Amino acid sequence: MRRFPWLATLWTVLVYGFLYLPIVVLVIYSFNDSRMVTVWGGWTLRWYAEAAADQVVIDALVLSLEIAVATATASVVLGTCAAYALTRYRRFPGKGLFTLLLNVPLVLPTVVLAMVLLLFFVSMEHLFGFPQKGFTTLFIGHTVMCVSYAAITIMSRLREVDPALEEAAMDLGARPSQVFFLVTLPAIFQAVASAWLLTLSLSLDEVVISAFLSGPGTSPLPVVIFSRARLGLNPEINVIGAVTVYLVLAGLLLASVWMARRAKQRARENAALLRQAQVEALTSSSAS
Amino acid sequence: MLRRPWLPPGRWFVIGVPEFFLFVFLLLPFLILLKISFSHADAVGVGFEPLISWLEEGTLSIKLHFDAYLSVMQDDVYLLTYLSSVGYALLTTLLCLVIGYPFAYFLAQSFPTLRPVMLMLIMLPFWTPFLIRIYAWKNILDANGLLNQFLLWAGIVDEPLQLMFTKFSFMVGMVYGYIPFMILPLYSNLVKLDRRLLEAAADLGARPWQRFWLVTVPLSREGILAGSLLVFIPAVGEYVIPELLGGISILNIGRMMWNEFFINLDWQRAAAVTMLMVLIILFPIWLFNRYQMRLMEARR
Repeated sequence: MRRFPWLATLWTVLVYGFLYLPIVVLVIYSFNDSRMVTVWGGWTLRWYAEAAADQVVIDALVLSLEIAVATATASVVLGTCAAYALTRYRRFPGKGLFTLLLNVPLVLPTVVLAMVLLLFFVSMEHLFGFPQKGFTTLFIGHTVMCVSYAAITIMSRLREVDPALEEAAMDLGARPSQVFFLVTLPAIFQAVASAWLLTLSLSLDEVVISAFLSGPGTSPLPVVIFSRARLGLNPEINVIGAVTVYLVLAGLLLASVWMARRAKQRARENAALLRQAQVEALTSSSAS
Repeated sequence: MLRRPWLPPGRWFVIGVPEFFLFVFLLLPFLILLKISFSHADAVGVGFEPLISWLEEGTLSIKLHFDAYLSVMQDDVYLLTYLSSVGYALLTTLLCLVIGYPFAYFLAQSFPTLRPVMLMLIMLPFWTPFLIRIYAWKNILDANGLLNQFLLWAGIVDEPLQLMFTKFSFMVGMVYGYIPFMILPLYSNLVKLDRRLLEAAADLGARPWQRFWLVTVPLSREGILAGSLLVFIPAVGEYVIPELLGGISILNIGRMMWNEFFINLDWQRAAAVTMLMVLIILFPIWLFNRYQMRLMEARR
């Protein structure tokens, strides 16, 4: 809409305002020195201290981190296998069904997945007395959801890796496991690492599956926040939210510093290559 | 070739482990859900009598109990809840489209050097946890919240408005939660738009609005459909936003599923409600797939 630049600017600013307003308000209110969360009473760090001393929050955070690390690791292992099987083996028994199942968690709302798993686990418990709702059910539930995300992340990278590299290693006498660990894995390592981080954050963020599958005494952080937030405004939740915002900003800052450094390094390498090419061009032209 | 005997053959390990995992923890649970939904509702807590059994005379007997489905069909509350969830999801999709389309359009028209930063700024809020983002609106929409304080201060209202637990607060949360799913596919579609087509339309005398409605919008149909699907499907099944911002006045399938299991302790009906929910979601996906198939055939 180049004819209405003011309209474009206004619309863009309004949408960004809509996106950022609640987050900014949340961070500001986390410093509010007042029992009434939204009535301003001056700046304080009181709620930060209270949140840090709240044993329920700490336990929930520890549990969430344990589940997230276990989930991310399992999802990445399973996802790498799945991605490898789907990209490297043209046909294997159950491939169609397997592909379908892998897509289910991406498509269905989490509440469906949560109910399906819940009924499965309680049926199993009813029949075999195992597993009781708790860490195991949360871990399996999160992993079922996260495997798909890990698999598609890794698959998109694995497709780009030239199978000729693996064949060459095989021709040179490497065993299949050696080929995988010495050739394939280093080539897809970045995708595997980002899949790990993605599934870690998905697991930390998951509310619905966690709420359905957590048992008494095993509530991960989102479930604790959810049950408190249902009751109304709570200064501690503002603090927890604000801290996640700081973490995101810190991560972003680190990533941009790292990328800037890499860009600079690459520029330096490119300059060196260019100079070398120039030198070569000069010497070859003077030689001829 | 010598292989150490205790190592499982790599190929079968790579295929078998994830297959086993998904078959046991995804396929089997779905089959169990299906079975429970067709079990007899009178059984104590759970219907575990087998659906299929051999009778002594050598006849195969299959008993499918439709009790749960029938009770869902007969009670108006269920129908109303499904309609309400689908209706609010459609409204969310529409609002996201109305707000997101111009935004994605302007974004695609902005300076190419500016675009990555602006896209980044769209993604950034969505790196903070979903729950926190939705909860954050309570600070604004509460009876003593920022919006009411502002309205009182500006003299627009004399007493605080009831904003929380209304359709308004619910829709704010839904649009806030899902708008990036609309903007991103729209943007990636609109940014590929061939500008020469617009120039040709202009040369042929089309006015700006005509160019927009007759060229840009039809060409971005795929982006609109993809974005709408990405918003609609999770919106139908949304559980957190109605709980935090919608309140009990908003009928919602997710809450109904929760109540059937945790409050009514009725596994059969919880399973049946879930199965019907899956059907509701598969329908638009099936439509979209058919549309894409036809598109691919037409291109051939």
